[in-house]
Amino acid sequence: MKTILVCHGTGCTSSKSTNIIENFKNIIQNRNIENVEVVQTGCFGLCAKGPVVIIRPENIFYAKVKPEDCEEIIQKHIIEDQLVERLLYRDANGEISKRLDEIDFYKKQKRIALKNCGSIDPEKIDDYIAVDGYKALEKVLKEMTKDEVIEEITKSGLRGRGGAGFPTGKKWLFAKQAEGEQKYVVCNADEGDPGAFMDRSILEGDPHCVIEAMMIAGYVIGANKGYIYVRAEYPIAVHRFQIAIDQARERGILGKNIFGTDFEFDVEIRLGAGAFVCGEETALLESIEGRRGQPRIKPPFPANKGLWQCPTLINNVETYANIPKIILNGSDWYSKIGTEGSKGTKVFALGGNVKNIGLVEVPMGTTLREIVYDIGGGIPNGREFKAAQTGGPSGGCIPAQYLDTPIDYESLKQIGSMMGSGGLIVMDDSKCMVNLAKFYLGFTVSESCGKCNPCRIGTKRMYEILEKLTNGEGTLEDIDKLEKLATTVANSSICGLGQSAPNPVISTLKYFREEFIEHAVEKKCRAHECKALAKIQITPEKCKGCGLCQKSCPVNAIKGEGREVRYINEEECIKCGTCLNKCPFKAIG
Amino acid sequence: MCQCGNCKKDQYMEELLNKFKPEKDNLIQILNSVQEHYGYISEKSQKEISEYLNISMAEIYGVITFYSRFTLKPKGKYNIAICLGTACFVKGSEKIMDRAKERLKIMPGETTKDGIFSLEETRCIGACGLAPVFTVNDEVHGNATVSQLDKVIDEILNKEREEKV
Repeated sequence: MKTILVCHGTGCTSSKSTNIIENFKNIIQNRNIENVEVVQTGCFGLCAKGPVVIIRPENIFYAKVKPEDCEEIIQKHIIEDQLVERLLYRDANGEISKRLDEIDFYKKQKRIALKNCGSIDPEKIDDYIAVDGYKALEKVLKEMTKDEVIEEITKSGLRGRGGAGFPTGKKWLFAKQAEGEQKYVVCNADEGDPGAFMDRSILEGDPHCVIEAMMIAGYVIGANKGYIYVRAEYPIAVHRFQIAIDQARERGILGKNIFGTDFEFDVEIRLGAGAFVCGEETALLESIEGRRGQPRIKPPFPANKGLWQCPTLINNVETYANIPKIILNGSDWYSKIGTEGSKGTKVFALGGNVKNIGLVEVPMGTTLREIVYDIGGGIPNGREFKAAQTGGPSGGCIPAQYLDTPIDYESLKQIGSMMGSGGLIVMDDSKCMVNLAKFYLGFTVSESCGKCNPCRIGTKRMYEILEKLTNGEGTLEDIDKLEKLATTVANSSICGLGQSAPNPVISTLKYFREEFIEHAVEKKCRAHECKALAKIQITPEKCKGCGLCQKSCPVNAIKGEGREVRYINEEECIKCGTCLNKCPFKAIG
Repeated sequence: MCQCGNCKKDQYMEELLNKFKPEKDNLIQILNSVQEHYGYISEKSQKEISEYLNISMAEIYGVITFYSRFTLKPKGKYNIAICLGTACFVKGSEKIMDRAKERLKIMPGETTKDGIFSLEETRCIGACGLAPVFTVNDEVHGNATVSQLDKVIDEILNKEREEKV
């Protein structure tokens, strides 16, 4: 029996993996091939090589498969039992890895939260049950008291994976102790950090594990109703989660008298509508209640007064995904992984200027260098590592001198960044850090809910200063003003969004201050990103007249014919920079 | 299904509203469905929701304008959405956005006068492995370049011209 696993996460679906699944199924049916099964799975993680197809039991990994390749895979691999060499995974040096476990990308990873992602069909509850699904729930209901569950989670050392890292056991305890007849369990799947897709991949690849964990939480705190708040921008995740809920209801797993006990529980999906601030827990509650997602003043905390003023437990998707595994394998097993203060693993969405873009799960304490170079394969196009941003618009950048910092909650905080929900964007030396700070500030300006002045007005003023700098109109005084303002906004905003919004500015100022000064004093952008400061020229001595730049120019601003030395007509040039990378002789700069 | 404003009954709205209990917390769910179905939320739809849920028009307007997914104006026949998530930004999606603004002569959130194009800046659509990415309606264009965008726009323009002829 062979199983053809086809990745059906958002990344691979965008490059037509749905057609690949259809083609495989059609070929198998038309040719009457037996003992082959096609399974659509969640994300395998190595999105840069997608669409990915894996054939079991031998675990052969085919990369960048196109719908028209299906015929060859069936004929050669399934029928003739040979490998389709041209589709095998090749690393940056052209070396072939046949099997999934031979690929460097996977070697340093440890999959706990993502355990089932990419190996089961998320739309089939039986697939989940076959890998011990709902066993943790059964164990909790039949063998454990509520306090034992909380103790187990406390001992495991699990901390909130949404970014702030609050101890999960403590959170559960507060919600359990809170008085109230009606309590709620909420799952925060409003993954707003641009460039992060951990939670989405879990929902797409293993939705049942989140339902199971929410049920365990419901039992422990005494809630009979759960809500999962998902971004509407995640249609596949929403669709699969609904299927999972329906299947669990059909099986009597969700509903009344669960596992023959008097415990009852049901889950409902609530869609977000595109507001980053709704990832903040109290704003999320406002949104579930049907209002503008503006944060509430804390305290009271949601554990005491949450949804409809009832005690509410809110955890992030990845936090929940760890729970069933902790219950089944024990807190000792879990707490052995990771560092002193940060236990277990963390999922990161690795993106930006790195070769192996994708989803990785590593033990806490893994260094940034290991993630970027060993797993990520390093920086493409022969460029240098400049910085990495963790925590998205709320986090900070980490420069090259901290590449060996172990990644855990405390170490990241110490160097001015934060764990965040797991976005990890790598930047090479072609990136301007002033422009990057402006990018993140632009994000918070448009996502600020407007409730409190420091965030609403402060971030806007900061953005304006950054705009001045990138336009070449800034002064040294502006940099000081920016720094002062950043501190004020961080100290006086009411919610996490505003308090952390200045982080990208503070950290880029801390590590790349000289670039800010260059923009202000020399009116120079060393990365050639800030257009107002850019002057694109061709060095005549280096130009060989090949004309490649001319062909790449979208506005025909590059002049010259035949083998003549080319020149750029400044009036026509839109400074898009396309030609910069086209020149084989590095004559343009 | 008419949105002309003269017809009294809107079958889609009636069916949709009947699916939900008239409770306030269903507002965002209903708005999401209306947005998806019509591509925007008309004043007429807002009135019907307001009557059904017994919420003021002002409050509904407040909610619509708070969430970026909701729009009060119809989108163009081809909605070009350029991802400005960090992964795409780092890979140069800003240049693609600049080019789109220049070509279409509209800003993000606007629709061209002829109703053919609308431009949108989206946050991460999750196809970071293909960054930079833009979508035309639901079709994803990965590893995008400025010239690829030009090609897509030209193709649409040619198609529209042919259809006119």
